[in-house]
Amino acid sequence: MRYLPHTSEDITSMLEEVGVDDLDGLFSTIPEDCRHRGDLNLPEPLTEWELNDRMGALSDSMAVSPEYKMFIGAGSYEHYIPASVSNLLGRSEFLTSYTPYQPEISQGTLQAIYEYQTLTARLLGMEVANASIYDGASALAEALLMAFRITKKRKVAISSLIHPLYRRVVQTYLEPSGYEIVELPYLDDGRTDLSRLAGINDLAAVAVQSPNFFGCIENLKEIGEMAHEKSALLVASFTEPLAYGLFKNPGSQGADIVCGEGQSLGIPQSFGGPVLGMFASKMKYVRSMPGRLVGKTTDLDGKRGFVLTLATREQHIRREKATSNICTNNSLCALAAAMYMASIGGTGMRELAMLNYDKSEYLKSELKKAGFKINFESPTFNEFVVEFPAGFENTYERLLEKKIVAGLPLAPYYPELSSHYLLCVTETRTREDIDVLVREVKS
Amino acid sequence: MKEISDLILPDDVRYAEDHEWARPESEKVRVGIDDYAQDQLGDIVFVELPQVGDTLEKDEVFGTVESVKAVSELYMPIGGEILAVNTALEEFPELLNSDPYDDGWMIDVIPSDPDDWDALMTKDAYIEALKGGK
Amino acid sequence: MKESLGTSGLILNEPLLWEKGKKGRRGFSIPRRDVEFSPLNEDLAGEGPDFPDLSEVDVVRHYTRLSTWNFGVDTGMYPLGSCTMKYNPKTNERQAGLRGFTGAHPLLPAGLSQGTLKLMFELEQYLSEITGMDAVTLQPAAGAHGEFTGMLVIYAYHKSKGERRSKIIVPDTAHGTNPASAMLCGYQSVPVKSNEQGILSPEAVAGVMDEDTAGIMVTNPNTLGLFEENIKKIAEIVHAKGGLVYCDGANMNAVMGIVHMGEIGVDVLHLNLHKTFSTPHGGGGPGCGPVCVKKHLEPFLPVPRVVEENGKYSLSEDFPESVGKLHAFYGNFGVMIKAYSYILSMGPGGLKKASQLAVLNANYIKEKLKGVFHLPYDRPCMHECVFSDELQKADKVTTLDMVKRLMDYGYHPPTIYFPLVVHGSIMIEPTETESKEDIDLFIEALKAIALEAKENPELLHNAPGRCKVRRLDETTAARKPCLAG
Repeated sequence: MRYLPHTSEDITSMLEEVGVDDLDGLFSTIPEDCRHRGDLNLPEPLTEWELNDRMGALSDSMAVSPEYKMFIGAGSYEHYIPASVSNLLGRSEFLTSYTPYQPEISQGTLQAIYEYQTLTARLLGMEVANASIYDGASALAEALLMAFRITKKRKVAISSLIHPLYRRVVQTYLEPSGYEIVELPYLDDGRTDLSRLAGINDLAAVAVQSPNFFGCIENLKEIGEMAHEKSALLVASFTEPLAYGLFKNPGSQGADIVCGEGQSLGIPQSFGGPVLGMFASKMKYVRSMPGRLVGKTTDLDGKRGFVLTLATREQHIRREKATSNICTNNSLCALAAAMYMASIGGTGMRELAMLNYDKSEYLKSELKKAGFKINFESPTFNEFVVEFPAGFENTYERLLEKKIVAGLPLAPYYPELSSHYLLCVTETRTREDIDVLVREVKS
Repeated sequence: MKEISDLILPDDVRYAEDHEWARPESEKVRVGIDDYAQDQLGDIVFVELPQVGDTLEKDEVFGTVESVKAVSELYMPIGGEILAVNTALEEFPELLNSDPYDDGWMIDVIPSDPDDWDALMTKDAYIEALKGGK
Repeated sequence: MKESLGTSGLILNEPLLWEKGKKGRRGFSIPRRDVEFSPLNEDLAGEGPDFPDLSEVDVVRHYTRLSTWNFGVDTGMYPLGSCTMKYNPKTNERQAGLRGFTGAHPLLPAGLSQGTLKLMFELEQYLSEITGMDAVTLQPAAGAHGEFTGMLVIYAYHKSKGERRSKIIVPDTAHGTNPASAMLCGYQSVPVKSNEQGILSPEAVAGVMDEDTAGIMVTNPNTLGLFEENIKKIAEIVHAKGGLVYCDGANMNAVMGIVHMGEIGVDVLHLNLHKTFSTPHGGGGPGCGPVCVKKHLEPFLPVPRVVEENGKYSLSEDFPESVGKLHAFYGNFGVMIKAYSYILSMGPGGLKKASQLAVLNANYIKEKLKGVFHLPYDRPCMHECVFSDELQKADKVTTLDMVKRLMDYGYHPPTIYFPLVVHGSIMIEPTETESKEDIDLFIEALKAIALEAKENPELLHNAPGRCKVRRLDETTAARKPCLAG
């Protein structure tokens, strides 16, 4: 086997050194009643070429671009990834290295993550960002736990327009400790209804997503003011960071903690993972922050260098009092995002965000012209909700057969929105794709 | 790490098992960590102290002290109300290393129970305890 | 004289991204605009982020140069104990890069996602077979995430019995994520000491096990590289009082095809695909931390679960007692592909051989280096062995000094100062993918360093000397953190 370099001579010679007769003899400390009986019941090994065939068959059975025209987002977005990013990410010094605990031979990863932290902080308008959490959902859960630690309170108000799957993850994280979650409903304009906040006290945080699950931009400034009046933190979540290339970032609107999904920044969709939990906060809360942090420093010769720092927050030192149990994070994905942000630049990001916005607005206006109802009037970024007539499921199926995915049906997540669909248009859809979709749904 | 004979252990303070020192100053008692503690911890990077006005019992945790790779909790050598906190440590945690008994003081306490003081060790008893522990 | 593996050579400096670039430079091909500009609400519009503008050449040179400052498994031996830095097969990368996988949206109807669902279903079965457990979830995104999931399963189990236990037993050799994960479920960690042989004794566990204890978190083989020989008895003790046994499977690389986790009394176990199953570490992730359970805990696994009917795969939420969700979607699918490819490439015999050779390599190193370094537990080890710096104390040389010097010799340091039960510990895990010659060279390097400790300790105190930077001021980095530029 090409990953096992030992020859039988090697093995014999080493066994002699160890003082054991055969490989089985190495396991003498393992009692008989702890052992597997017989061989593992697994498929016989494949050659590299057989593996290619097998995996190729699995891959070919999937519905992907460009054969399928996708108009679906909802937390996983189709964006172009430059060849340069994919190529650089394959460099084995990045790919096959470990967490940079030995900084002298990990300056590549450390500087790259310091740059990622900086670009993330700038994108979100915050003072400090960490080196990643697993995804937008776990990042939100960690943000709420951080708010509990900072405020020493046990209740949070969460908008029902935060991604439904994120809210479920939050519930899972918070349940065993008995933290209280108050859900804020939504208004006809597609934004969070804040009226319920008036009667609630002892809030650790108010959490909203912007753009929210319906694609609408929330009034973070107003929500932040209400939260701060109650001595609560504003936790701003997101699923599409590209929006901040165009719209005001959460930091500028008063957010205390910003957390969300960075997959749009140069990371393939990959059936939902691995993706990227982006996490940032105000500097005054940094010692309560979960996750790794890279800091700038100097070496014995006074040269600039980078190290993991503030490690006393983390599990390997603080153990049960740690700010989180997180150890392995999504470092390579953070690296991909940094490479993407470096490639696209400030000017490019604005252009790309504008293109997403304009293409989405084009679909919106074409659907309106065709007589379909766009429910929520609030401004959106690259996703919005449309109400199709009853019985649209058949059209949806027909469109799938034509290899068009006409959005995400909202019924499973919002039963009151039974004929509503969440459509997404990114820079990867052409005007022609959009025209075809409109034509098809009209017929 | 210093040898026990090299440790700076003044006579005008008493010592707790967890290496805090306490010095009576008129009606209050000043508390800090001793030379053994700062030597063991190494370069101190961060100190967390209680709020003025907090009331804590003897042996209760009153804060934490962090080096790069370790965290230690700080225990009240005597119980009482926190009268003052050395805010200089926020910006200069290194004072704990360079001057643990003076500029590196941590808290001033108004003692609630005079018996707590008697339970603390004199310098000689503390040295014996350190030797025994080693 | 043979040349050292570690040498110095020309590498290039590289500034921070925002120290380069020029406004208007472009590193990205902006797609063609084929729609009109739409009006934008000025109140909502922002300035856009303050990113530098760089050309593609700038970006490629930047990251290429940064990569040369790193050391990966592909560069050389990486004997980090507990991390299993084995070779990362390149065919795995090829498979994970297939278009049908990278472009897969997670919320399409199941009929359009048969490839990914089938892969997940089969991977669950393979892991179930390898561990000897009954059911698997692939959802946790890392080992610690899996530990949290396992704690949730244990919590849910007790809740289903109408109980709310408050404690969990955690051995003194446990990885820091163990008590941290337990705390997320509100469990207080009750410590238990390992005995002089470096393993847990049934009496010690019996001494702390009661009806308010939810269970025990063991690592087996443990972090000293030793098999917990008393595990069956310990499991019985815990079970007798209604508790469950959680096993941290980070060290699974020692026992594939050899130990049957289900047989030894483990109720719930997590694996690290980025350790045992060869997926690359990526400088700190992404990983994948599947959780494997016995039948009685299957109802509590996170949802959705992949189910199969007549050769068709789909996702089901129909598990009312499930603990819920840990990840927005299904976990790190891109990592699962690599583990799946690895298992198919190795086959049952290959996996067992990998474990045997991992253990052989570790024992060989142990035998060759004992006497050079202090060996606290002189007994057969599993896939890793632990030394300490006791013998170098007289020369005032520490573990830290020695491993910093090891970098100059061309090796990534082993794990240091963990587990905490050994003062100045050096944990060496070679893995099975290191050849005898490479291990012999590694041993020679360590012997040379032990000699330097006696003859030239200053060299070690100032090491490393050949890397891009020398030792870094971690104190100032912590006192005055500078976390963004």
